[in-house]
Amino acid sequence: MKNKTKKNTTTTTTYDNANSNNPWSTLINKGTTLTTFTTIALFVFLIRFLVSLYPYSGFNTPPKFGDFEAQRHWMEITINLPVRDWYKNGTFNDLSYWGLDYPPLTAYQSWVHGVFLRFFHPESVELFDSRGHESYLGKQLMRWTVISSDALIFFPAVLYFIIVHYNQTSRSRKTDLALHITMLLLNPCLILIDHGHFQYNCISLGFTVAAVAAILSEKDLVGSVFYCLALNHKQMSAYFAPAFFSHLFGKCLRRKHPLLEVTKLGLVVLGTFAAVWWPYLYSTQSFLEILSRLAPFERGIFEDYVANFWCATSIIIKWKRLFATGPLKLLSFSATIISCFPSMVQQIKSPSNKGFLYALLNCSLAFYLFSFQGWYYFLPSKSAS
Amino acid sequence: MGKEKLSFKELDDSSGPKTTLWWFFLLAACIKVLLFPSYRSTDFEVHRNWLALTHSLPLSQWYFDETSPWTLDYPPFFAYFEHFLSIFAHLVDPKIVHLQEGLNYSSNTVVYFQRFTVILSDLCLLYGVYRITRKLDSRKQKLIWSLVIWSPMLLIVDHVHFQYNGFLIGILLISLSYLEEGRDLLGGFVFAVLLCFKHLFAVAAPVYFIYLLRHYLVFASAFGPFFHLGQIQQVIQRLFPFGRGLCHAYWAPNFWVFYIMSDKGLAFILRKLGFNIQTPAASFTAGLVGDSSPFSVLPRITPSVTFIMVLLALSPCLFKAWKNPQPQKITRWISYAYTCGFLFGWHVHEKASLHFVIPLAFVAAQTPEDAKHYFLLSIVSCYSLFPLLFEAQEYPIKILLLLLHSILMWSGFSAQFYDSAETGVSTAHTKKKAGQFESKGSLSADVRNNGFVIGLIEKIYLVGLVVVEIWGQVLHPLLLGDKLAFLPLMLISVYCALGIMYSWIWQLRSIVKSH
Repeated sequence: MKNKTKKNTTTTTTYDNANSNNPWSTLINKGTTLTTFTTIALFVFLIRFLVSLYPYSGFNTPPKFGDFEAQRHWMEITINLPVRDWYKNGTFNDLSYWGLDYPPLTAYQSWVHGVFLRFFHPESVELFDSRGHESYLGKQLMRWTVISSDALIFFPAVLYFIIVHYNQTSRSRKTDLALHITMLLLNPCLILIDHGHFQYNCISLGFTVAAVAAILSEKDLVGSVFYCLALNHKQMSAYFAPAFFSHLFGKCLRRKHPLLEVTKLGLVVLGTFAAVWWPYLYSTQSFLEILSRLAPFERGIFEDYVANFWCATSIIIKWKRLFATGPLKLLSFSATIISCFPSMVQQIKSPSNKGFLYALLNCSLAFYLFSFQGWYYFLPSKSAS
Repeated sequence: MGKEKLSFKELDDSSGPKTTLWWFFLLAACIKVLLFPSYRSTDFEVHRNWLALTHSLPLSQWYFDETSPWTLDYPPFFAYFEHFLSIFAHLVDPKIVHLQEGLNYSSNTVVYFQRFTVILSDLCLLYGVYRITRKLDSRKQKLIWSLVIWSPMLLIVDHVHFQYNGFLIGILLISLSYLEEGRDLLGGFVFAVLLCFKHLFAVAAPVYFIYLLRHYLVFASAFGPFFHLGQIQQVIQRLFPFGRGLCHAYWAPNFWVFYIMSDKGLAFILRKLGFNIQTPAASFTAGLVGDSSPFSVLPRITPSVTFIMVLLALSPCLFKAWKNPQPQKITRWISYAYTCGFLFGWHVHEKASLHFVIPLAFVAAQTPEDAKHYFLLSIVSCYSLFPLLFEAQEYPIKILLLLLHSILMWSGFSAQFYDSAETGVSTAHTKKKAGQFESKGSLSADVRNNGFVIGLIEKIYLVGLVVVEIWGQVLHPLLLGDKLAFLPLMLISVYCALGIMYSWIWQLRSIVKSH
């Protein structure tokens, strides 16, 4: 850490420099964090709307279309069927056609957005008849649901993270702050996947970022709730689980009553899960049914285009030919655990904020590179260090 | 908005203004590429047809062809320009330049090709901007670049609606930069070239004519081939559409809006008083139908009336230019000329406001008063373009573009006139600065009092813009439904016309008062 006098001189010179050359010094230097954030957010929204102009995945490609149709189909199912039937194969719900395979929070979100679509454009979410629905208005409304999710969850979460982060570090240069906000909000992967391809990663990532921010500001219980929500929106958030677990566990061990702290965390986690899963807790069978839908083990070890370890090395080693699916699962599982391990041990032994951020990065990378069925990954906190 | 912060810090230290300028251009180009799939007006098909026409037909038939209703109605240089582009269009996709099969062709190839040519032709604007600002200090340069290169109006008109204004205004800026340097002959020559690209720029010709008298040679060379073929009359007929009405389909926010409004108002009052007033058969937009006047009470307006009005409005400026032709005033005068043309001209398009808003950006950084005027004018004229993009898809985009532009302007002007305000303040104040900049304390209040201030009337006017927009988008459909469907558009016209009239009076005053 720098000492205090040095910090003061750097800030003054930065300010003067910026003022002489930069016509936007007013915006960066005199504005509060909130005004800087709002201005950047406006620009970032512009980019999101611009990307939204382009076609979504599966545009005009029957019979199954793509992720856009999957999300629209979930809205159609959730607003037309009772909660208990959402995950069940039945006369009204053909699970082989984009059956729900995300946790319940996604289903609830689909319901909310479905109600929104039904209000403005009922044909786009009619049961059966709307399959493969494509229209100008339908596309606009669907794009708006993603952008509003971004605005309501991801953006506030990033603002929360920025405020927490800059209250803690000794750096207070406003240009850094602006740069940091821009990097987080203008992440091209997230914009392309959510607003071009069409998905709702902003929701689960938003909850994850909020969880990280809460934990950085010592509100571990709130952080756990946020992280459970992220997990319940998209199972991919589990990529971050080892980091959250080890950091929180390590912190509990350092408190006065470790056992009490762990119990408290456990209860909060269980409570959040119970609240989200409530409609399905009436029987173990229904619960297990959904659980089996969430795990995509029936797919292969990697999609042919995902840039992970298995895919990259398959040029030299033909994994799929050498091993059966069973041993392959075991292999990928152990590789993932081994690569997460150093961060976990470090966090349990001496939990620290900086270490926590690195652990998040390491674990998500480990899962992305080595896990069975690796998909895309995002590193919301990568620029923190 | 975000990106420049990223680039400034490194760029200022390591590289020159040219690199920074390229960054500005690149960021704008990114936005323009993202705009590829957005709404495009019939102007897109117009330009496609011109590509086909100049590619497939011999020069002698360019101004006679009527395969498509979108006949060639720009001067010869623009036709040559289209002919040049059509060579590449043919390589990309031969269907683009096919006279019959290409009609209303809308595949990705033609959209991407044509949109790309607009981005590329903006390099001319980039050069013009660079030429005219190269002697300024770094901060002023960046401020002006951000106003021109990231102009929301150019994005809306050129890259969504589809036209080549950036390129043409670039030529105007090059001409102005030569005049400012005192190289009159070159400046006049470039302006003549510009007129051969788009004759609508001719409104400023009287100012040029007074300022210098030596440019008709170029005219002869551009129109030469057509003289040779004895077609000059046909060319002139295509160029000047006096057959069209006084106003464009959507009324440009100019003086005639008030004229039409008072005609309607008077007719309404007189009818109430028992006079027998006929409802006119002709409309102002559709042109001169027979001999009937589109006005019920007030005298009819003919093209020559508008011509005289423009000249009258220009005369104080011409007088000043005659008495003392100062190079540093020329940009101001030319902008004023285009403002007059916009306000009093015949069949003015709302897009023509670009012709004075862009050049005025170079004046705006001179004094706080200029900045204040430009802030208002730029917002109003950008807002008056909103009806061009009427589809739901582009709605958030145009709003965000205008908002970001306003924030950039406000912040840029505040910083620009912060120093000039500060020079009078004691050094004790400066020392306080370091400790205070974290919070939005009394410092910023002081700055506002001395530097870039937006007055109360201006503030109220801008809030009124928001009200007009909310009325048109939300309240009108909610309260009146489909009744009086023309009202929101008319409100925008009238309200923006007020703003532009104010700008005209302000410019006139500043020209008359200056020495």
